[in-house]
Amino acid sequence: MSLSQIEIQLIAIVTAAACTLPGVFLVLQRKTMLSDAISHTVLLGIVLAFFVVRDLASPLLILGAGLVGVLTVSLVAVIERTRLVKEDTAIGLVFTALFSIAIILISLYAGDIHLDVDAVLVGEIAFAPFDRFTVMGLDIGPKGLYVMGGILCINLAFILLFYKELKLTSFDAVLAASLGFAPGLLHYVLMGLVSVTVVGAFEVVGSVLVVALIVVPPATAYLITDRLNRMLFYSVAIGTVSAIGGYWLAFLLDVSISGSMVVVSGIIFTLVFIFAPERGLLSGIRNQRRQKITFALTMLAAHLLNHENTPIERSENRVESLGEHLRWSPSFAKKVLQEALRSETVYRYEDLLRLTDRGREMANQRFVQS
Amino acid sequence: MDWAKIIHDLFFDYTVRTVATGSTLLGIVSGVLGVFAMLRRQSLLGDTVSHAALPGVALAFLLLNSKAPLVLLLGAMTAGWLGMLALMAIVRNTRIKLDSAMALILSVFFGFGIVLLSYTQRLPDASQAGLNKFLFGQAATMLEADVITIGILGGIALLLVIVLWKEFKILSFDRDYAAGLGFPVGVLDILLTTLLVTAIVIGLQAVGVILMSAMVVAPAAAARQWSDRLWVIVVLSAGFGAFSGVSGVLISGTRTGLATGPTIVVIASTIALLSLLFAPNRGVIFTSFRDLKNKRTMRAETVIQSLYLLAKQHGDPQYPHAEAVLRTMSANPLSVKRSLKHLESNGLVANVHESRWALTAQGVLHVEKLVARRRFL
Amino acid sequence: MTDTLPMSAITVNDLTVAYKDQPVLWDVDLDIPAGTLVAIVGPNGAGKTTLLKSFLGLVRPAAGQVLIFNKPFSQQRRMLGYVPQRGSVDWDFPTSVADVVMMGRYGTLGWVRRPGSADRLKALKALEQVGMLEFAERQISQLSGGQQQRVFLARALVQEAQIYLMDEPFQGVDAVTERAIVEILRNLREGGKTVVVVHHDLQTIAEYFDWVALLNVRKIAAGPVAEVFTEEHLRRTYGGRLALFSDGKLNGSVLPEQLIELPEAIH
Repeated sequence: MSLSQIEIQLIAIVTAAACTLPGVFLVLQRKTMLSDAISHTVLLGIVLAFFVVRDLASPLLILGAGLVGVLTVSLVAVIERTRLVKEDTAIGLVFTALFSIAIILISLYAGDIHLDVDAVLVGEIAFAPFDRFTVMGLDIGPKGLYVMGGILCINLAFILLFYKELKLTSFDAVLAASLGFAPGLLHYVLMGLVSVTVVGAFEVVGSVLVVALIVVPPATAYLITDRLNRMLFYSVAIGTVSAIGGYWLAFLLDVSISGSMVVVSGIIFTLVFIFAPERGLLSGIRNQRRQKITFALTMLAAHLLNHENTPIERSENRVESLGEHLRWSPSFAKKVLQEALRSETVYRYEDLLRLTDRGREMANQRFVQS
Repeated sequence: MDWAKIIHDLFFDYTVRTVATGSTLLGIVSGVLGVFAMLRRQSLLGDTVSHAALPGVALAFLLLNSKAPLVLLLGAMTAGWLGMLALMAIVRNTRIKLDSAMALILSVFFGFGIVLLSYTQRLPDASQAGLNKFLFGQAATMLEADVITIGILGGIALLLVIVLWKEFKILSFDRDYAAGLGFPVGVLDILLTTLLVTAIVIGLQAVGVILMSAMVVAPAAAARQWSDRLWVIVVLSAGFGAFSGVSGVLISGTRTGLATGPTIVVIASTIALLSLLFAPNRGVIFTSFRDLKNKRTMRAETVIQSLYLLAKQHGDPQYPHAEAVLRTMSANPLSVKRSLKHLESNGLVANVHESRWALTAQGVLHVEKLVARRRFL
Repeated sequence: MTDTLPMSAITVNDLTVAYKDQPVLWDVDLDIPAGTLVAIVGPNGAGKTTLLKSFLGLVRPAAGQVLIFNKPFSQQRRMLGYVPQRGSVDWDFPTSVADVVMMGRYGTLGWVRRPGSADRLKALKALEQVGMLEFAERQISQLSGGQQQRVFLARALVQEAQIYLMDEPFQGVDAVTERAIVEILRNLREGGKTVVVVHHDLQTIAEYFDWVALLNVRKIAAGPVAEVFTEEHLRRTYGGRLALFSDGKLNGSVLPEQLIELPEAIH
């Protein structure tokens, strides 16, 4: 592997980690579409900051973008508070408007400058190694690495410092407020960090694909674990795998690296979606099938219990009519019956089905409700 | 701005006329469907579907080797539809919430689209040209064929809305109840959402992702503020959409560098903002004034009743009292003077001597009516 | 012999409903007689709302069947009027009170047909019945809780059904509205209609209803209030989460002043 290749992957990993960490909380707090909005509106921040400093490489651009990110969230909150429209409508209004203003400003006043909008939105990590960071004449690496590395450190520090507050606000915002934590303030700081992350990352993967890194690994992790610390860990791990996997996929197929990173994260999500133990699709189906039989057994026992020693027992508890009474298909009824006889919860008495003691115990257990 | 030329172009310049007609039609269709989307909390579906459609466009081109608009449209529709299905599958089968699922579908599909585009183009700048068109649309290069497509498909969508008006209305308002009445709510749900997806996809080709996301949201949000009747809102929304479309085209034509799409969005958003602020009844300015007025009236009522109470203790309802005394009885002592002035201007109290105030005869009557109505005292 | 027995309005056989394989209703049998005021009673999570929904076909049973006047419910939709819980609707939706009530006519109108002046007249009459006629053109967001409840009631009345299903119609409603609603329900019964109400307030059962079904996933007991609404049945339904203040003289039935349902946390 050449130095460039290593650098690219390093940048990709750092970017993925920097994005997924705050992403975990956005997923838990259901604020992911806000991050999508921010990914569009940061363009306005960049444009405005550019008008001030006239320098595309200035760090002020990041600051400007961060501020606009917070502005976006504030505007949405203000509109929402009027109760005239719902939150999703407010988000849609704000981000399309701000983004369009940015486009217009660019084309009117900065059309000659190379503020390539596509690069903002899509980005291409392949070019990252070419933008070097020189300190006192020494080339110490690609700029992107340092920028994203710095952002990663800030995000990490924030999460570590405010871990328990973030945890509380993610699960119970009302309780957090009553305990004196200011979920509002925390929310804005988080969104500010997200904005900064988005801007930092746009050079690497483009702002729309940043959304993928923010949302997909955490969503995947959400399907795997119940614990916040594990979710954070898994998100970073999945992000890293997506980054490296994406790189090599792009290398193989000669396509966009950033896009591939996202596609790989999507593939991982799909795999987890289907195969995750407990929460995946397949295990869900398997569980359902197993439970159906157990459930049917208990239903049978309940039915027998309900009607035993009553005058209609003769008609209700007859072996042949059970399937009909309980609305089971003949094949299913047969299966249940076999299982019931095998597990000795019922026995045949003439043409009736009766509960054994074991069966009665099972039926009674289910119905002692307290 | 040369208005004469603008109007002239609108009717006699082929390009302007075509683009304006197309944008107007789009504005109408997305305005109408946007109202239902908004009411069903699907405002951001436009954004999601728009991004999800990219791989469809790319694949259609790759597989069928054609850039014919209808082919690309079909590709976009398929991808948009698949995205929607995947969205529902995720929400229904996992604990991932709707917003995360939308962001996920949006970005993953879009990422896949980027990969496909880069594959077709191989050269970075070539791919960006195609991307540019998809993201912002090339409204300015809308052809008559595009407009006809928009017209036909849009027309069908509108027809369905008119015909199934009450079904869509009850579906949006109270789904369970509608199901109880016997309506196939699942089918209707998918149908309405499909209409929305169709509108978005048709528009994508012409005006790009961001614009379509906006046109499904802004005119509807604006229209909602002006009326409480569904059909009025829908008509208004169509009107706002059409207006934004046409004026966006005309205004952007006057200056080079003003892309049509973003201009339309800015106009539509401005209409929305103005509506949120100034609409009677709901508008923020209106409600603020009304709230202030109510507060002032309430404070005045409290003051006048305090005055009455005090006066009654002396046996004479018009017995004067010092302002200072009234202030001690008030929860907002600083506002007492203002309330007294207000009452005075209504002839309900009179300033008898320096800072001593008394109820006028009219004032006494007023309070007694209040008491009878509210049993306050 | 069968001629002298009144037809059951709703017959339930072996009804079992599960949500993700957790039983919500187990093997429930009911025979609700026509022309009665029926209360469905039970603790939270007992399946009361699910029972109503299964009458309407809104949930699919794992087993069992529901018959409305001896026919499957899918053929009898016209017979059923539904008043769901108030919370499920967006009250900022742009529609007037009269409009909402007219939605009750949609079932009769079928596809595409719009409500006409005859439907509007019926809507206004229903509004008058619930005492909300003056609010006909009001936007629904301007209504209080009790008023919203009354509008929902009017919407069901306009369906001109034989059986009315109501889910917690008295929840969050002031005393005046409650009395008004009870009056309407009594009038319905006088007219031979059947009214099935999911009711949470044990104190008022004996006063308002003729018939009661005690439910806690299983049917504990069902029948005329005087026979069925006993201390023993209540204990079995609420599983001990019931505090009965009695002077020991119950005589097999329970007087309303003596009942309190303990919240789950305490138990």
